[in-house]
Amino acid sequence: MVSGFRFSCAALRMGRGGGILCWKRASAFRFLVSSGSPTGIKRLLSTDELGPRICIVGSGPAGFYTAQHLLKHHRLAEVDIYEKLPVPFGLVRFGVAPDHPEVKNVINTFTQTARSDRCSYYGNVTVGKDITVKELQKAYHAVILSYGAEDNRTLGIPGEDLAGVYTARAFVGWYNGLPENRDLKPDLSSETAVILGHGNVALDVARILLSPLEILRKTDITEDSLAVLARSKVKRVRLIGRRGPLQAAFTIKELREMINLPSVRPLLDPADFKGLGDAIRDVPRPRRRLTELMVKTALEEPGEEVAGRWASASREWSLKFLRSPLEVLPATDGKRARAIRMAVTRLEGSGETAKAVPTGEVEDVLCGLILSSIGYRSLPVDPAVPFDSKQGIIPNSSGRVLGAPGLYCSGWVKRGPVGVIITTMNDSFDTAQSVLEDLQSGALDVSKAKGGFELVRSVLKSRGICPVSFSDWEKIDAAEMARGKLGGKPREKIVDPQEMLQLIGR
Amino acid sequence: MAASSAVPLLLRAAAASCHRLLSASRVAANRSPSRFFHASAPARLSSEDKVTVHFITRDGDKLTAQGKVGDSLLDVVVDNNLDIDGFGACEGTLACSTCHLIFEDHIFEKLDAITDEELDMLDLAYGLTETSRLGCQICLQKSMNNMVVRVPETVADVRQSIDIGKNP
Repeated sequence: MVSGFRFSCAALRMGRGGGILCWKRASAFRFLVSSGSPTGIKRLLSTDELGPRICIVGSGPAGFYTAQHLLKHHRLAEVDIYEKLPVPFGLVRFGVAPDHPEVKNVINTFTQTARSDRCSYYGNVTVGKDITVKELQKAYHAVILSYGAEDNRTLGIPGEDLAGVYTARAFVGWYNGLPENRDLKPDLSSETAVILGHGNVALDVARILLSPLEILRKTDITEDSLAVLARSKVKRVRLIGRRGPLQAAFTIKELREMINLPSVRPLLDPADFKGLGDAIRDVPRPRRRLTELMVKTALEEPGEEVAGRWASASREWSLKFLRSPLEVLPATDGKRARAIRMAVTRLEGSGETAKAVPTGEVEDVLCGLILSSIGYRSLPVDPAVPFDSKQGIIPNSSGRVLGAPGLYCSGWVKRGPVGVIITTMNDSFDTAQSVLEDLQSGALDVSKAKGGFELVRSVLKSRGICPVSFSDWEKIDAAEMARGKLGGKPREKIVDPQEMLQLIGR
Repeated sequence: MAASSAVPLLLRAAAASCHRLLSASRVAANRSPSRFFHASAPARLSSEDKVTVHFITRDGDKLTAQGKVGDSLLDVVVDNNLDIDGFGACEGTLACSTCHLIFEDHIFEKLDAITDEELDMLDLAYGLTETSRLGCQICLQKSMNNMVVRVPETVADVRQSIDIGKNP
């Protein structure tokens, strides 16, 4: 297979030799690092010429892409990145599925950015708690909020708190070693799992639940998660959505992966897909191709090889449409989930904006494991920052926070928790561009020198907060990779922040 | 399905890339352009194996660079340090669409068949056209000498690009 070869060819190029070579490859094509003046001289020059001091809150892709664009297009800008956790990279580390290591290659470029002599990383600092946004604004000419979406939307139905019901966000955090979810220990003793939602997170969760262990074992999934998954009884995963196939939010790459998953068979109900061919003739290409793949899988006879693979599969997944959750029903003990009651819906309107309205009919699906994957949600970081709680974003225009000069935002907190890496990249470049425009027009006043981190450091010190530097992170990184090597995997994540801090001598 | 004739070319690409990977790591230590190492390496690097490519950037500038037969267009951008914002974020692993390029019709028609996986990523590309491909999947051939590829516009680029404090 040529396509297979292309993948492995790329993997060979990128994977060989681990992090060091990877990073060096990245360094060959990233022009971020300044032209070779020794560290220190740059700082001296910039105090002479008064470069703008900018800080970014959050070290995920939005934070790093914003920093990258600023550093690249402003010769004197100094950018400090603050992060709540000791370790950087946000959802690239804690959101991207462990079996998608290719996406994590963006870390090589982020590392390049962090190593620039005009960029500093300060982990273990919670903005809004350890230091306020107002205090940051005193220390910096511009403050950019890129802290993402740390919460999730809730179902708001009875029984949501029963044992066996989890949010996909917590489940993802758990298998990815997010400290706050490390003790989740989900109960996977039910043969049927229901995932509420038809987005890429829903498919990620389904894939982790269904993938053969030997695949997961070679990833950076945490050892604890692997042990729980090894005892999993889950055989079938039902992905349930309120609307129809034409409104599914997942993207085609993730769907194709599900269809091709070894030892797993897709079960798509042909009735859901008949007649869709006409409906998609005039829709944009991504929607058309996504629907075509579902239609093909549901309606066409698979080839001999695929048919054989599906027949012998030990696990399966299915898509169920036009069902809206009403209530999680308890088992006789009153504590555990036994089933989920769904309202049957029909669509009002068509296309992307179609609405699901209940028909009055109700249906129960028996299942002891329920994962709600109906979206992430941003939270306000500080009362001083405007926040639109209805939309879950900071109100802004091209990243300029409305009514708050000197404040900017990028990433999910700017436009809502949707999109893939390129979406966040473009969006972050857009915000950085706004900052550059404001610097050029004078809207952003840089005539007065700002204290930057030196000022922040003294505030943090008075509160007993000791930030983690990027070189500290590199020690943690090296320790994680060394532990991973012992287990035959790329990395064994440290899930306890205290252990991370001990490792760097705190 | 891609034609099986593409395989030898890809094998060569893999070999070339591995070679390039090694030199890149040495280059990083020496702070010299990677081209330099290629120029000093074995016979494959004679001038007739070089293919010239012109990139039209988002600002309309023309960047001209050379690569070897078998190199991918991502390799060409990387090896020549071409300044294209955000290009090749996933480093050629078909996990993003940041190396999206737009080809001339006559070149596009002769490119190797496209895989489903590349089409899947192109679905998420900005400014998709009828002659769009991912640069990481296109390997240089002699017949591509002097071709012109265009970097698509992104949302942010509708605005005028700004560089502050850069020496012209």
